[in-house]
Amino acid sequence: MKILVCISHVPDTTSKINFKDDNTNFDNNGVQYVINPYDEFMLTRAMWFKEKQGATVTVVNIGNASTEPTLRKALAIGADNAIRVNTEATDGFFVAKQLAEVIKNDAYDLVLAGKESIDYNGGMVPGMTAAIIDYNFVNACIGLEVNESEATVSREIDGGKEILSTKLPLIVAGQKGIVEEKDLRIPNMRGIMMARKKPLQVIDPVAFESTTATVSYEKPEAKSACKMVDADNIEELINLLHNEVKVI
Amino acid sequence: MSILVFADNSEGKFKKNAFEVTSYGKKVAELANTNLVVLTINADDTSELASYGAEKVLKISNEKLTPFNAKAYADAIQQAADKESADVVIIDSSINSLYLAPILAVNLEAGYASNVVAIPTSINPFTVKRKTFSSKAFNFTEFKTSKKLISLAKNSFGLVENSVTSSEEDFSITLNDDFNVNSTSVEKTSGKVTIADADIVVSGGRGLKGAENWGMIEDLAEVLGAAIACSKPVSDLGWRPHSEHVGQTGKPVASNLYIAIGISGAIQHLAGVNSSKVKVVINNDPEAPFFKAADYGIVGDAFEVVPKLIEKLKDFKSNQ
Repeated sequence: MKILVCISHVPDTTSKINFKDDNTNFDNNGVQYVINPYDEFMLTRAMWFKEKQGATVTVVNIGNASTEPTLRKALAIGADNAIRVNTEATDGFFVAKQLAEVIKNDAYDLVLAGKESIDYNGGMVPGMTAAIIDYNFVNACIGLEVNESEATVSREIDGGKEILSTKLPLIVAGQKGIVEEKDLRIPNMRGIMMARKKPLQVIDPVAFESTTATVSYEKPEAKSACKMVDADNIEELINLLHNEVKVI
Repeated sequence: MSILVFADNSEGKFKKNAFEVTSYGKKVAELANTNLVVLTINADDTSELASYGAEKVLKISNEKLTPFNAKAYADAIQQAADKESADVVIIDSSINSLYLAPILAVNLEAGYASNVVAIPTSINPFTVKRKTFSSKAFNFTEFKTSKKLISLAKNSFGLVENSVTSSEEDFSITLNDDFNVNSTSVEKTSGKVTIADADIVVSGGRGLKGAENWGMIEDLAEVLGAAIACSKPVSDLGWRPHSEHVGQTGKPVASNLYIAIGISGAIQHLAGVNSSKVKVVINNDPEAPFFKAADYGIVGDAFEVVPKLIEKLKDFKSNQ
C-alpha cells in the first residue's frame, strides 16, 4: 500500500499571532513552525500501517524551501521519502490542485491529511483533492482500518460517530482519535540522522489561478476587563448572567 | 442570479443553524439586490423558514439522501444551484456541511470560504470576513470566481426574524445509485445536548483533580441544559472522552455562555472557546490567565463554588 501524508507547515499552537505590512501579511518573527497537529495524528497512523502492514509512506508539502525542516521532521518520525511542491500556497483550491497532480503521478492508494490546518483553518484541501481526482473521501475521521482494498472508517458526527465502509483509493481527513495523543512520536537521534539521508524531491507546481485571495487580517478586539464576583455572592453572578448579558 | 441557502435538518427537523443561515442569506440577498432561495433535503415542515426571510423554498425529497452522504448531498445542492443560477451558495458549519462543502466547491468550480463570521464587507468584489489562526485572528477573503461558496460559523450572525410570504417548490433530482462511501452503523449518545448545538457549555479542567469529580459538572450542566466539555489535559489523561475536548485541536465552542471550571486558560484552549459570547471562569488561582479572557470571574475553590452555584441556580430556575 502506498500512503501519502499531507503535511502543513504551521505556527506552533502557543504562537502569538501578529501581522505586518499594514495587516496584509502574517508576521513570522519569532514564530516556531511545526507539523500541523491534525496532520501529525494522520502521520502517526501512517507509521502504524507501515510497521504492521508494510505500507510505504511519502510525505508532501506545498510550500517554499522554508518548510523543509518540517518535512525533515516527518522523515525523522519515520516517513520513507518526501516531496515538496515548490510554490507559495495561495488558497485551498490551489493546494488541492497541486496535491491532485502529485497523487495522480504516483498513484497513491491512501492519502491522509488533517481535517484542517491550525493556521488558515480552511478545512477544504482533502475534500477538494478527492473531488478533483475522484477518490473516495471521508472527513473528520476518528478511526481507520484497511484490509486489502477495503477500508472501514469511523467519522465524528454530531453527538456520536458513524462507521463507513469504502474502498481504496481513498483520501481521509482526520483528527485526534485516529491515534491518541500518547501515540505521537518524538523523533529520536537515529531518526533525525536517517532523515538527513532520505530523499526529498522538489517538484514544480502546475499552473492554476487561485480562487480566493486574502486581502488583509485583523486581530480580535481587546477584551474589556473581567468582572469579578465574590465566591460568597453567587446570586450576583446569576443576576448578571440573567439581567446584564441575558444568557440564562 | 440568486442566493442559495442550504438549510440542513436533523431527522426532518430544523435546528437553530438552519434559521441562522437563512437569516444570513436574506441579508446577503438584500445587499446583492437579488432574491433568496432556501433549499431543504428531506425536511418535514418547511413553513418556519418563512419567518427568517425565505421567499422561496426549494424542497428535495429523495430516499437516496438518507442517511447523509457527502457526495450525494454535494450533487443535490449543485443541481439546485444550477437550477436557480445561484452565484452564492451558503451553508452552515455542521460536521456534515464541512464534509460536503469542498466537494461542492469543486463541482461548482466555486471559491470556498469557511468560518465566515459576518455579512460580506463588499459585494463587488465579493469579500467576506472569516476566522483564521484557530480564532486568534480574522482575515478578509476576496473571491475571484463567479460562483462562491460560504460556510457560516455557528452563532456568528444569529437569528433575524423577517417574515415574508414564501412559496414552495418540489424539486426532483437524479442521483447515482452508489456513492462508494456507505454508512454501516451510527452510534449516538442519546438524550445529551451536544457541544455543537448547545447554547450553554460547562467545561472542566485539571483543577477538578480526577474523573470521579465530574458529578458536579454533570449536575451543573443538567440545571442549565448545557453540554459538557473539558480541556485537553483532561481528555489526554482519559478522565473524559475526546469528543468533549474543546480548544485549538479539539472542538470549537461558539455557545452563548461558556463556564470554565478549574481551567487555567492556556492559549490553545482560549483559541478554541473565544467565539463564545460570554465566558465565566471559576478558578482558585487569581493569576490564572483565563481571567484576562473572561467576562465574569470567581476566585474560589471549585468544590465549594460549584455546589453553591447549582443550588442557587435551582432556586433561580424554580422562581422563573
